[in-house]
Amino acid sequence: MKSIRYHKAITEALAEELERDSRVLILGEDVGMGTAFASTRGLVERFGTDRIIDTPISESGIVGLAVGAALNGLRPIVELTIMDFVTVCMDPLVNHMAKLQYMFPGQHQGVPLVIMASCGGRVGAGPQHSQSLEAWFAHTPGIKVVMPSTSYDAKGLLKAAVRDNNPVMYLYHKGLLRAPGEVPEGEYTVPLGVAETKRAGKDVTVVATAEMVSQALTAAQDLEKAGIDVEVVDPRTIYPLDIEPIIASVKKTSRLVVAHEAVRFCGLGAEIAATVTEMAFDYLDAPVKRIGAPSVPIPFAPSLENAVLPGARDIVQACREVCGC
Amino acid sequence: MAKTEPQSSEDLQSDVATETLDWMFRMLVLLRRMEERTVEMFLSGKLPGWLHSYLGQEAIAVGVCAHLNEDDFVASTHRCRGHFLAKGMAPGPLMAEVMGKRDGICGGRGGEMHMADWSKGVIGSSGVVAGGLSLATGVAFASRYRKTGQVVVAFLGESATNQGAFHESLNLAAVWDLPILYVCENNGYGVSVPQRKAMKIGDVSVRAASYGMPGETIDGDDVIAVHRAAGRAVARARRGEGPTLLECCTHRWLGHFVGDPQAYRPKDELEACKRSDPIPRFEDYLLMEKVFTPAELEKVKAEVERQVTAAFEFATASPAPDPADALRGVFTEGTE
Repeated sequence: MKSIRYHKAITEALAEELERDSRVLILGEDVGMGTAFASTRGLVERFGTDRIIDTPISESGIVGLAVGAALNGLRPIVELTIMDFVTVCMDPLVNHMAKLQYMFPGQHQGVPLVIMASCGGRVGAGPQHSQSLEAWFAHTPGIKVVMPSTSYDAKGLLKAAVRDNNPVMYLYHKGLLRAPGEVPEGEYTVPLGVAETKRAGKDVTVVATAEMVSQALTAAQDLEKAGIDVEVVDPRTIYPLDIEPIIASVKKTSRLVVAHEAVRFCGLGAEIAATVTEMAFDYLDAPVKRIGAPSVPIPFAPSLENAVLPGARDIVQACREVCGC
Repeated sequence: MAKTEPQSSEDLQSDVATETLDWMFRMLVLLRRMEERTVEMFLSGKLPGWLHSYLGQEAIAVGVCAHLNEDDFVASTHRCRGHFLAKGMAPGPLMAEVMGKRDGICGGRGGEMHMADWSKGVIGSSGVVAGGLSLATGVAFASRYRKTGQVVVAFLGESATNQGAFHESLNLAAVWDLPILYVCENNGYGVSVPQRKAMKIGDVSVRAASYGMPGETIDGDDVIAVHRAAGRAVARARRGEGPTLLECCTHRWLGHFVGDPQAYRPKDELEACKRSDPIPRFEDYLLMEKVFTPAELEKVKAEVERQVTAAFEFATASPAPDPADALRGVFTEGTE
């Protein structure tokens, strides 16, 4: 094992997949210089401008072009850099990328395409550069959505996404870019659609995504001092959601808190809460608690941003409430 | 800005091979008869959904596709059936798709607005105006990247040129010299809104200049003129010199959708449609040039009629898709 930062894990995954398969290429704004988040740093020197392609600022055109290229024998990766920019690509993403496999059955071998974008706040990026919009895509049939929370998952999920024959939205979190984490020296992938228990516990289950996994682990340490043993489950893939480990965990702990940075209303937490009440209602000792952002844009000033984005403190409080202490 | 009067038959000296003339006539009649019988069926209430008719615009699909190889590509719009027939899609599975049948080319999932046939180089049609342009551009990108030599034709209407996707696609195709033709079928209307209310220019082809690619406006109801202009653009694409915007002026006979009362259109315009009908114009040309005799033309029409009848019989006989199929195939199985 070695310890590398989350952004470096992303770049390693890209380099290994570019090396492995000549049909893989990266398109995006400033991918040649490595992007503002260093996600593609060093790749153009190694793979050349034919495969690491700087594009005009035309996100919609690039996503549509990548869909067409994926149909015609390539395996493109589009680095959108900032998730908020998906708003100008919704037609190629939702009406085309997501639907072609179903609408035109048997016509081509899937739409092997990865859309990379950074989600989330905590870096003072303001209302149009901080959103977590994963629920939009999880709600659209035909798209797989992943959100890595560690260096290990960042690398393994990206490699699996590139090899999948379906469109995958790969959403990495800005707040995690510099976080170190262990990864194996050798080849590995993290399969899509498989959750992982990041911490075992017996009193309460916290299902958390992306950066909220770190917040949940911090909360678990605090709660341990208070005698509450927290289990943290990270779905890693938002769609298709691996619900079984969540159900199994709730059957063990009888309490559930779901935590994500995205807006709480109509968010993933609501979906998980509803599914757990359908599948494990009799096991619950307390109402499910959902933690997410309130329905406001994410403001710039640190004091305002902190007031909006949920964190470890909210998880601690919710766990105490469901545990009745 | 007034619209340039498109040139009619550039010259009457035929430089087109007889077999191409034969193919184009046969294809024009096929597109026309498939469409007439589909409209008839729709008006009798026997088709589900909606219908966007290609009647009157056939010379464009035929004149352009005459240059394409089997492994070249076309992408289309909501008004797609003519393009796909001209690219070689079998009429039976196409008609079965329009009827929403199991043996439709897409198993009844797409219908008249959304179909594809990759075995014939049919990328697919997009029901979103200009939505297919960036996909077609991407297919051309992959063709260049993989050095396959394939050329792509993206059909669009003049109203699609007001969409952002048009701008982004043409700019990308130009800056990367992609092997693609953007064939704009200017039928004068975006649903009910005439071109003069939607843009300040007369010739849509002038937009090509802003991307650094050639643009040309021609009479889209003259199949020979279309054939010649498309030939130049396809040759340019095959030489690796990049994209072309070809504007083909035409007439939309039946409105945006079949059943559109077209109250927004002056009566004399509908008369002009008939005068511009590409089929009699081409027949006159073929007879005047003594390429075919009247009897030969009638023979082609009879052969096509049998083909159309067989397609309708095939489609009618096909059962409705199994309802259980509705839940299958959102994702493809397997990974690399």
